[in-house]
Amino acid sequence: MNITVQSLSKQYGTQKAVDNLSFEVKTGEILGFLGPNGAGKSTTMKMITGYLGIGTGTVLFGEKSMAEHGDLIKRHIGYLPENNPLYLDMPITDYLEFCAALQGVNKEEIQKRIRKMVAVCGLNTEKHKKIGELSKGFRQRVGLAQAMIHDPEILILDEPTTGLDPNQIVEIRKLIRELGKEKTVILSTHILPEVEATCDRILIINKGKIVADGTADTLRKQATGQELIKVRIEDGSAEEILHELRRIPSTDRVELVDKNLNRFEVQSKTDTSSKREIFNLCVEKGWVLSELIPIETRLEDIFRNLTMN
Amino acid sequence: MQAIWTITKRELQSFFDSLIAYIILILFLGFSGFFTWLFGSDIFLVGQASLQSFFNVSYWTLFFFTPALTMRLLAEEKKSGTIELLLTKAVTDREVVMGKFLSTLLLVISALAFTIPYAITVYNIGNMDLGQVICGYLGLILMSASYISIGLYASSTTSNQIVAFLMAMLIGLFFHIIFDVLAGNFSGVIGQVFHTLSLSNHFDGISRGVIDTRDIIYFGSLIFVGLFLSELSLTKRNID
Repeated sequence: MNITVQSLSKQYGTQKAVDNLSFEVKTGEILGFLGPNGAGKSTTMKMITGYLGIGTGTVLFGEKSMAEHGDLIKRHIGYLPENNPLYLDMPITDYLEFCAALQGVNKEEIQKRIRKMVAVCGLNTEKHKKIGELSKGFRQRVGLAQAMIHDPEILILDEPTTGLDPNQIVEIRKLIRELGKEKTVILSTHILPEVEATCDRILIINKGKIVADGTADTLRKQATGQELIKVRIEDGSAEEILHELRRIPSTDRVELVDKNLNRFEVQSKTDTSSKREIFNLCVEKGWVLSELIPIETRLEDIFRNLTMN
Repeated sequence: MQAIWTITKRELQSFFDSLIAYIILILFLGFSGFFTWLFGSDIFLVGQASLQSFFNVSYWTLFFFTPALTMRLLAEEKKSGTIELLLTKAVTDREVVMGKFLSTLLLVISALAFTIPYAITVYNIGNMDLGQVICGYLGLILMSASYISIGLYASSTTSNQIVAFLMAMLIGLFFHIIFDVLAGNFSGVIGQVFHTLSLSNHFDGISRGVIDTRDIIYFGSLIFVGLFLSELSLTKRNID
């Protein structure tokens, strides 16, 4: 089921929490929702799930809108809100049964689904405990289990991996990736490597507006455009090498980073690469090229550039 | 319908898990039993085979206990944030309100069911008017339902349970006694309006064994308004 968001806005008093957002998520796509605190991520998710009313604009699921077919659509959504609120006085299995019943899972299916979710989310040793007795990580697993209990077509997860241990994070990411093949997933997070590891597409929003939309690679290209490499050349004097490197036509900027180790940073002109010329230069002069490392712009930098004015 | 029942079951479970249900049952049965059989104008003092003294005591005990039951219904969910999880499931706001209302009503009805032995006892020691007793129970149920819907509304307006409790008490107090007092102080149309609004007048009629459509309509509209306002204030999250 595709989700289409068209010019979605929401105002709290005089503050625009969400400002004219438009995007689309297709079946089989995992969309990573990024943004600084207070950017409007959670508000957008709340509007998509139907908890908050839509200010202006539309959210369509396939062809249907939440306003007209609320109940029908909600059955296809699995939602994990931020802070993962749960009924602390309920045992895990009772709680999952309650959620399954509310989401209209057949009576015969419920026990089967609960067993599956308990296994998938690694809750087997804890399943008879009350939720209030669980640690934060296990509560997070219960939150994920309740979101997926009815095998929904759409998963909306607000910071799904907070509080999980590293092993579990890897497992949950793998699970999300697998689910994402046939479902529509929107997830928000602050952990940037997580977005790269799990998401097909990244949407960065700031102050309620979309500031970037695309895969991690396209965002990188947009952000840099210029190749940046680290070079270490031995057997020559630093000054001479620096001078020669600067003479290469495709280099834009060359800097000596470490004089003792002969390390340089070379930035090429837009849309060109100077790796080949550097190699040829070394061959010609009889220098030893012992390091040549392309530096990728980190997602963190892109994020910072886009969200810090 | 299925969703309402699912929510009702969970709420009832939660009443019993958190011991609230047991405490309320013990307090209610203790109070009403004490004043019906042992103390004050109890059955033996009155010397009539009637449960009137029980109904008079319950009229007050239920008034105090229902806000204690209703205060957490929505306020707790708002505070912990679980309301967001509940309302994003395939349920409407109305189903949530109805489910919570029904669960509390069922708890009160079960408390009243435990007093049926009183009726059986009195039936065996004298010539009891069965119709009147049934009407008395009906009156108590209608009254509790009204206070539950008021309490539910109070609970829907805040995320603080104490505020919800006091607010339900305050609103309830008007219907329970203040309107009646005011009705005595005013004459003419205003007096008549207060008289009509007073819950005690309608309860008296029913507990004496007279079922008047006006009383039924009165309780019905009180319940309806309470539930309607609860749903409205739950839906209001959409606007602000």
